[in-house]
Amino acid sequence: MVSSAERNRSRTGAREGAMGFLTDTTLCIGCKACEVACKQWNQLPADDFGFTGHSYDNTNDLAAETWRHVSFVEQIADGEGARPTSLRAFQSNWLMMSDVCKHCVNAGCLEACPTGAIIRTEFDTVVIQQDICNGCGYCVPACPFGVPALSPIDNKAHKCTLCYDRLKGGMEPACAKACPTDSIQFGLVDELMERAGQRVASLNDRGVDGAYIYGDRETGGTHGIDGLNAFFILTAPSEVYNLPAEPELPQDKTFSGYASTILAAAVFSIGAALSLRGR
Amino acid sequence: MPQQSLADSDCVIIMGSNMAENHPVGFRFVMKAKERGATIIHIDPRFSRTSAMADVHVPIRAGSDLAFLGGLINYTLNSERWNNDPFFREFVQHYTNGPALINEDFRDTEDLAGKFSGFDPETGEYEFETWQYAGESQKSDESEEEQDEQEAGQTAEAESEITEELSEELSQDPTMEDPRCAFQIIKRHFSRYTPEMVEQVSGVPKELFLQVAEKLVNSSGRDRTSSFCYAVAWTQHTTGTQIISCCALLQLLLGNMGRPGGGILALRGHATIQGSTDIPTLYNLLPGYMPMPSIASGHSNLKDYIRVQQHRTGWWHNFPKYIISLLKAWYGDAATEENDYGFDYLPKISGDYSFSAMMPMMKDGTLKGLFCMGMNPAVGGQNSRLIREGLANLDWMVMRDPYEIESAAFWYDSPEVRNGEIRPEDIKTEIFFLPPAVTPEKDGSYTNTQRLVQWHEKAVDPPGECRSEPWFMYYLGRRLKALYADDDSAKGRQIQALTWGYDTEGKHGDPVLEQIVEEINGYTVADRKLVSGFADLKDDGSTACGCWIYSGIMPESGVNQARRRKGDDRAALGWGFAWPDNRRILYNRASADPQGRPWSEEKRWIWWDEELGRWTGYDSPDFPASKSPDYEPEPESVGMEAHRGDAPFVMMPHGRALLFASTGLRDGPIPTHYEPWETPVTNLIYPEQARSPVVTTFDRADNRYHEIGDPRFPYVMTTYRLTEHHTAGGMSRFVPWLAELQPGGFAEISPELAGEFGVDNGDWITITTLRGSIETRALVTERMQPLQVHGRAIHQVGMPWHYGWGGIATGDIANDLSALIEDPNSRIHQAKAFTCDISRGRLPSRVRSDADGE
Repeated sequence: MVSSAERNRSRTGAREGAMGFLTDTTLCIGCKACEVACKQWNQLPADDFGFTGHSYDNTNDLAAETWRHVSFVEQIADGEGARPTSLRAFQSNWLMMSDVCKHCVNAGCLEACPTGAIIRTEFDTVVIQQDICNGCGYCVPACPFGVPALSPIDNKAHKCTLCYDRLKGGMEPACAKACPTDSIQFGLVDELMERAGQRVASLNDRGVDGAYIYGDRETGGTHGIDGLNAFFILTAPSEVYNLPAEPELPQDKTFSGYASTILAAAVFSIGAALSLRGR
Repeated sequence: MPQQSLADSDCVIIMGSNMAENHPVGFRFVMKAKERGATIIHIDPRFSRTSAMADVHVPIRAGSDLAFLGGLINYTLNSERWNNDPFFREFVQHYTNGPALINEDFRDTEDLAGKFSGFDPETGEYEFETWQYAGESQKSDESEEEQDEQEAGQTAEAESEITEELSEELSQDPTMEDPRCAFQIIKRHFSRYTPEMVEQVSGVPKELFLQVAEKLVNSSGRDRTSSFCYAVAWTQHTTGTQIISCCALLQLLLGNMGRPGGGILALRGHATIQGSTDIPTLYNLLPGYMPMPSIASGHSNLKDYIRVQQHRTGWWHNFPKYIISLLKAWYGDAATEENDYGFDYLPKISGDYSFSAMMPMMKDGTLKGLFCMGMNPAVGGQNSRLIREGLANLDWMVMRDPYEIESAAFWYDSPEVRNGEIRPEDIKTEIFFLPPAVTPEKDGSYTNTQRLVQWHEKAVDPPGECRSEPWFMYYLGRRLKALYADDDSAKGRQIQALTWGYDTEGKHGDPVLEQIVEEINGYTVADRKLVSGFADLKDDGSTACGCWIYSGIMPESGVNQARRRKGDDRAALGWGFAWPDNRRILYNRASADPQGRPWSEEKRWIWWDEELGRWTGYDSPDFPASKSPDYEPEPESVGMEAHRGDAPFVMMPHGRALLFASTGLRDGPIPTHYEPWETPVTNLIYPEQARSPVVTTFDRADNRYHEIGDPRFPYVMTTYRLTEHHTAGGMSRFVPWLAELQPGGFAEISPELAGEFGVDNGDWITITTLRGSIETRALVTERMQPLQVHGRAIHQVGMPWHYGWGGIATGDIANDLSALIEDPNSRIHQAKAFTCDISRGRLPSRVRSDADGE
């Protein structure tokens, strides 16, 4: 008999005991307590963007100093400019999503890191060790989600640590602790996935047809990443939230890259040899 | 109602509040209700983060709330469900004054073209005789005194002068058919608030209104309850008190009071603002909602004060116990029976000293000194330019704030200084700017919106010269006592009499706060033994109590109930302390039927246990514990003994909630829709009486109002807060982590309105009223929309009022546009609906100075 944890593990791809986040956007009220709690706990400096005019989003994106970021997507009026009054149950028309590092099962950043600064912890989270990072920036393009970023302050790469220090102390990450509506939930990835599945089923029952788990292997779309330890319940196509529909690791293209290089080399060699034979 | 109780609601209507943004922690219980299947309805001019979580968003014209609520009342009373389900009639008959007959001389606004009977055009105020119950009149001899005071130019204090004395059971018609009974008067009064009228006045399409009305009525009843959440977007109107009364009236008709998941949740704006009305920082209240003695109300000595304030029947019969215990707590041995327990030490108010009224007094030189603590009036006060001019005309000001906020810096940096209108060297105000301890640096308590007192501990000592508020007040008191030690004037004697003997502790010598809690809790004077609750208080000077409603918070030495942290899914009686007597739902006797049985299994809360012969249930019963449901009073009984066993509203003289408010309100016994003072449209319901006849205005050259429909100011403006900032910004605009989230001022306008000016998202716009002009960025969003009102499109402009020139997140001051004006009951201003003009581009003066700077 297969236990539910094992069944879920095959669904998440996570290693045993992996810890992660479930971010349920249908419960998010866009209060940004997660952003502030994260910056406070991790002592991250404020960004200096100023007024953007992008709805209520003035921090723009995940960055070296912004490890949780709440995006706001207004989809208010219909084609004719009419505003709806009866709304889809749970968050609708003004989407809010607290984005964060996905702590991938196969992490592109970790694989790309030449110094070994990026490690997988005992919680199966992905952490950049600041004393080892040399700021080469290879991790930056290696992440299909655009998470790690180089800081203009110390020129090193930074991203969410899933509050490694708090976890070591037996506490939940600061963002999850601060979230007033439990939109951000922290726990064992397998248990979170179980909960997420139930939540989506319940949302579907209540007429939220579009709800789905982003980062669920069963619904596809995680490709070579093989699963996300921080996954999301979304109600609109992932691109609406600035998340790729089919994230891919650049590393997965290395074989075909090498192969095509070798093939090209072979073709040119043969061509060269043939051209010489003519002499 | 407790916020937790929202989770038990079947329908939550949020109106006059942006709860998800401004009360995100409490909003979790709305989300819980939603998880349980409740319908969430948000009625608001803007589509906000609250709307995003709601099932229904109802865009409404700012300032038309009462018309909408009146429409709900009219719909309810004529609905099939209300008339067929006996629950509603039973609730109203037994628990409200619906059956009571009203004085036959009473005339409604329907009869007098928008005014109630009793309006005196000379004084511009109402007299209350005709509003009384049939066969009763007001207390004698006050109206003459009142007239004298008014001749002397004084404003009478409504809450005290209109207190009634009731000698017998009400004249009533239990069938509620008599045309003179309160119920029938209400029914007639709201009969013109039809769905069509609601649509015309508020801009809410009829179908949408009906959708809300049906949902509300169908989600109320024996086994269902609905709740309303409101905040300052109901209070900040010239008719704010009446809007809330109107909601209370509706909830009573629907049987949604005193029951789990039912009621009205007043969302208070910041931490312990509830506490600051319980133990008040208000000019007209003493602790525990006893009125500040007032010359106009005949409070010339303790005997008269008690005579006016004590009710013969109901809980307020205990009034003398509470005031005498308060005087004993404050004046100790100096309070004796011979000297009226020191009643004469209390200052007597002689007029309106509310916030709005104080500001012109500063500017005019009447008021010369100011303590400004936890407040930023240069940004947060209405007509804030006038306020800055007031601050500039003081002799001295003591300012305590973590940052040098605008109200501290106005004398060298303000819009007026920057554009050269005011020179710092001309400002004489001497400012003492003192650093305070912030939350983690001090012990103390918060009383939150549901009267729940929670203690918090100091985590670290405050740095440098920062000190807590108790430290500051304690040492200020000590110095005043030293200064006035030999002073035989009235103020000298008053300061000498004050008990001030707190011990000190810690690195900075803070007063021991739990000694203050002991004083608030109350004790017997002879042995200083703590009392177990307000039932132990006496009117003979043998007990002392700093605030009777908090009595029981520390029933034994060292047992601070506010420290408790044992939660559960019901009333959570083991978590903190909720005044009074740890009650979580007030008037919870109404959660049982007249016979004392739960109205339904689903909505059990407290009930009568026949075997035990007492009330029992999940909560602390808000009712005499052993008074049986069939108790009938003897004719001459007083106090609680005069209330029947089925009269849940213990604070009311008859134990019944008021559908018709004979007393307590200056602007009418029944809520009535009047337009905001400034409005682009006239009052469709009472064309001859567009505005409330008894609004308190400040008619001054520096506080000019717009006429109704003034074509120069065609847009409706409303101000509000964002999640990311706190009130006037003193605690958020200076904090980088919060400042970056909303880093600059803006005004929200619809694409339709933006199109009229050719304004794009992010462009500068200038907003103008007769009080001032400001510039800000336009946030063009479909979350705003024009509404069809009186057959034409009305555009609304929304602007956060957080911003000022100081700190990291800056912007022009929204309150430079608003006016000083007051609700005559609460003295609250009208910032949620006034009119303005908009133009494209920046202020010319600002463009010039920027160019000069470059």
